[in-house]
Amino acid sequence: MYRKYLLAVTTAVLTATGAAQAQETMKLGMVAELSGPGAPAGTNWRDGIKIAVEEINADGGILQNKVELIEYDTQTDPQVSRALVQKAIDEGAFAILGTIYSGSTMVNMLVAQQNSTPQFVGSEAPSIVEKGNPFVYRTSSGAQKGVPALTAYFTDTLKAKKVGVAWVNNEFGKGGRDVFVEEMKKAGIEVIADVASEQAQTDYAADVSKLKEANPEAVFVYMNQEESARFLIEAKKQALPMPLIGEVTLTEAKVIELAGAAAEGAIAHVGVTATATDVPGIGDFAKKFEETFKRKPTHDAIKGYVGAWTTKYVTELVGKADGEAFAEKMHGLCLKAADYPKILLDTCWDENGEMSRPSFMVQVKDGAPVVIGTVPAN
Amino acid sequence: MKRWLRPLLLVLLLALAIIAPLGQGNYIVYTLTSWLIFSIAAMGLNLTLGYAGQISLAQASFMAIGAYTTALLTLAGWHWVLAMPLGLILCFAVGLLLGYPALRVKGHFLAFVTLAFNTLVFLILRNEEWLTGGSYGLVGMPRPDFGLFSTMKQLPFYYFTLGITVIASLVMWGIVRSPWGRAFKALRENPVRAESLGVDTRRITLLAFAIGSVYGGLAGALITPLVQFIEPGSFGVGHSLRILLMVVVGGAGYFFGPFLGAGVVIMLPEMLRFTAGYYLIIYSALVIVMLVFVPSGLIGIGGRLREKFRPRREVRADMREGARLQ
Amino acid sequence: MSQLLQVLLSGLATGSIYALVAIGFTLVWQAAQTVNFAQGEFVMLPAFFVLVAMGYFGLPFLPALLVGLVLSVLVLGVLFKKLIAEPILPHGGITLIIATMALGIFLKESVKEFYSAEAQPFPSMFPNDPIDIFGAVVSLQDLFNLAISLGVVVLLTLFLNRTRTGRCMQATAQNPAVAEILGVDVKRMILYTFLINAALAALASFLITPVYLAKFSNGETLGLIAFIAAIVGGFNQIRGALVGGLLIGVLDNLTATYVTAQYRAALPLVLLIVIIMLRPQGLMGTSEGRSV
Repeated sequence: MYRKYLLAVTTAVLTATGAAQAQETMKLGMVAELSGPGAPAGTNWRDGIKIAVEEINADGGILQNKVELIEYDTQTDPQVSRALVQKAIDEGAFAILGTIYSGSTMVNMLVAQQNSTPQFVGSEAPSIVEKGNPFVYRTSSGAQKGVPALTAYFTDTLKAKKVGVAWVNNEFGKGGRDVFVEEMKKAGIEVIADVASEQAQTDYAADVSKLKEANPEAVFVYMNQEESARFLIEAKKQALPMPLIGEVTLTEAKVIELAGAAAEGAIAHVGVTATATDVPGIGDFAKKFEETFKRKPTHDAIKGYVGAWTTKYVTELVGKADGEAFAEKMHGLCLKAADYPKILLDTCWDENGEMSRPSFMVQVKDGAPVVIGTVPAN
Repeated sequence: MKRWLRPLLLVLLLALAIIAPLGQGNYIVYTLTSWLIFSIAAMGLNLTLGYAGQISLAQASFMAIGAYTTALLTLAGWHWVLAMPLGLILCFAVGLLLGYPALRVKGHFLAFVTLAFNTLVFLILRNEEWLTGGSYGLVGMPRPDFGLFSTMKQLPFYYFTLGITVIASLVMWGIVRSPWGRAFKALRENPVRAESLGVDTRRITLLAFAIGSVYGGLAGALITPLVQFIEPGSFGVGHSLRILLMVVVGGAGYFFGPFLGAGVVIMLPEMLRFTAGYYLIIYSALVIVMLVFVPSGLIGIGGRLREKFRPRREVRADMREGARLQ
Repeated sequence: MSQLLQVLLSGLATGSIYALVAIGFTLVWQAAQTVNFAQGEFVMLPAFFVLVAMGYFGLPFLPALLVGLVLSVLVLGVLFKKLIAEPILPHGGITLIIATMALGIFLKESVKEFYSAEAQPFPSMFPNDPIDIFGAVVSLQDLFNLAISLGVVVLLTLFLNRTRTGRCMQATAQNPAVAEILGVDVKRMILYTFLINAALAALASFLITPVYLAKFSNGETLGLIAFIAAIVGGFNQIRGALVGGLLIGVLDNLTATYVTAQYRAALPLVLLIVIIMLRPQGLMGTSEGRSV
């Protein structure tokens, strides 16, 4: 009898707290590449978000509700990612954070759209924001914004007439390469070497020797991290003489660690970089991240961080967790870092969910990336 | 098994498949649908591997052929019902072609040839952008609409897939029971004896590949409207390996093996969720352990238990060969 | 001209690594009819043994290499034979193929979860100084790779032909039943081939990881390419594996430079299919008189 009574009480208490909790938490669905080839990007994205969620909860949560982060691993598989976005929404997530690989985002953004759920993605392929989906927002500029920001460097600083491009042949690399070639055409610069390489390629001898033979005045390198590192190593070996310029990845800490001295002198255009520590928000984040996870934050970590904080800011601007209203607010929204410090830099989203904010030119000097210039938002 | 038990069991299973998604969230329905689709693909490979004894690591590439054909045609305005058969015919033809190396080589050589084929298909899908959309893939394929019955929503699409699966299973049942089916098994057990008994082993080998491929194509034709986005990466060698493991884990050469195997592979990440990132490690270790102790798969465990009480039946001949290490 | 030379030399350097991996394949196949689909992962893993020995136990590089070699021989040689190849082979070749595929996943995922998902730098045994040869640049490392794989082929051939153990191993490979009758310890000979295979994989690992970087997924293409090298050269010949490896390394680089970069990965595959259809015994091989 006593036991039965105890059981009933326990159940009642549990249900009560459960219900109370359900009222007071808001679920964020983090759907990312935690395993498979995308794992390095996905885990950084996740850890950046973890720090943001901790800060948000310390700050009183969203609309005074505690934020609960639920993690979903896509295994870097687009079909799984689609199922998981569905699952996150079924389980009550009011916003989705992820995915990073454009191939996955292309699939799963349809689901978020059908459910009117806001979704912050780390993908940079141009096509993401060209599908008329009002619920998808970037956390960094897409290739069609990031790459053109480089054009000025090629025309004004380098005054190049002939350039080459080395790119990894997946949807990420192809997206960047297509925009670059288009941009160069507009700027009247000739692309005299167009070198595709495989994902996870290990031998770059042929690629580099082709570039050496064509001898352009500069080479645009658009690859993932370790591919970039292997390319830089081979380029140094064959003594490729011209400047190597990348977008985001080429000067990342991981690439420098892997390529060692071969990374020296590499230049890249970077949306937000943990090296821009004189921007107060970025410096604080980088410090906190390094303390928590014992490694340096990457570009993806900052993207996840910004995505989570933007979810809070915009939801509070709207005043309620409502996907439709969220979407309306997002379009054409500009957040100033002065008013919303965790956005890190003044940031705007246009009608398609594309973002723009000031960015940096970075060069590797003495084994560390150094900011060599800023590029205004475009 | 008693005579009336089997049909009763089948009806029960079907009833279970019908009520399973009711009242479930979209995610469960979606997962169940992809279980059915992968069961179809695995069923095809089971014919090639389990019945005819020819290893193939190219099933994902046939899914790709089926998926891209259906996608391109439905995007061009064709109805799915017309587009799908065209994909299957294409798979049949390409499957015949892939069967030719199997006439010359067996075992690991064949495994590598089919693996190479799968990679070649991937490269073509990625590089021939004018046709396949390249690495960006194809997006926005409509789901089939049958007037009163539209499959736009998740649940109707599940029942649509279930219907196709039942038809495909019945056809497979027919094939396995036909003289062809017996010829397949004869080929697996002892090719030389089969030949001497008048089985045209050349024709049977090619057919085993072609029919198995058609089932892969059918699965692909269903993936297209399910996901509504396809890209080359979804049909890589890793996915062929995944389907192969489904067949082996379920029980190669058992009719219901593929259903069980596909279920395990698709549901396992969910069941082992508490292990976080380790589930693939656990899964692959379990597969190895299973192959050491029960090489005939999960269904084979049931068979083993039964054998304990009954006299032994014929042992599969291809499982006995090569006992050299002992 | 210097470009052609560059591409040829780089191709030879890469090809020599393929050759090392392919030789191990060939040996184990001959002796035990075991084809290891996890061979690529066997090359990926030893580098991580070294990284663990250095990172967690603070060993200097050379002792760490030694530890890596010993561990590789134990895990990829002895354990692989005892726990996987030996119990599964009686169930049939196809079952073993599938088991080694599962083993590949197991090794890859374990490294990823227990070490890191990201690529790691790996110290080099040899200086990476560039050497200029008529306008083409190779590194000292490349030359060492080439020299070592040539050396391994010569040593192995000498070992197999000139020593008693070597000849016993050959007898086992040709006909284990007869070898047994003639008093050869067949089991021991088979174990030797597994050990040699593991040691070669470790050697290949130490040579390439400084350039390829240590990453859990490194084995994915390497195993396939090495296998193709073994088939193209001829599965029953050690020198065949060498020829196949070098050929594929060079052809791959030539295709990427002069024909098509987009389809460079297709060339070895097409070569494989053509060889299997037209000359299954390989370029250097002799027909075994049985249907493989």
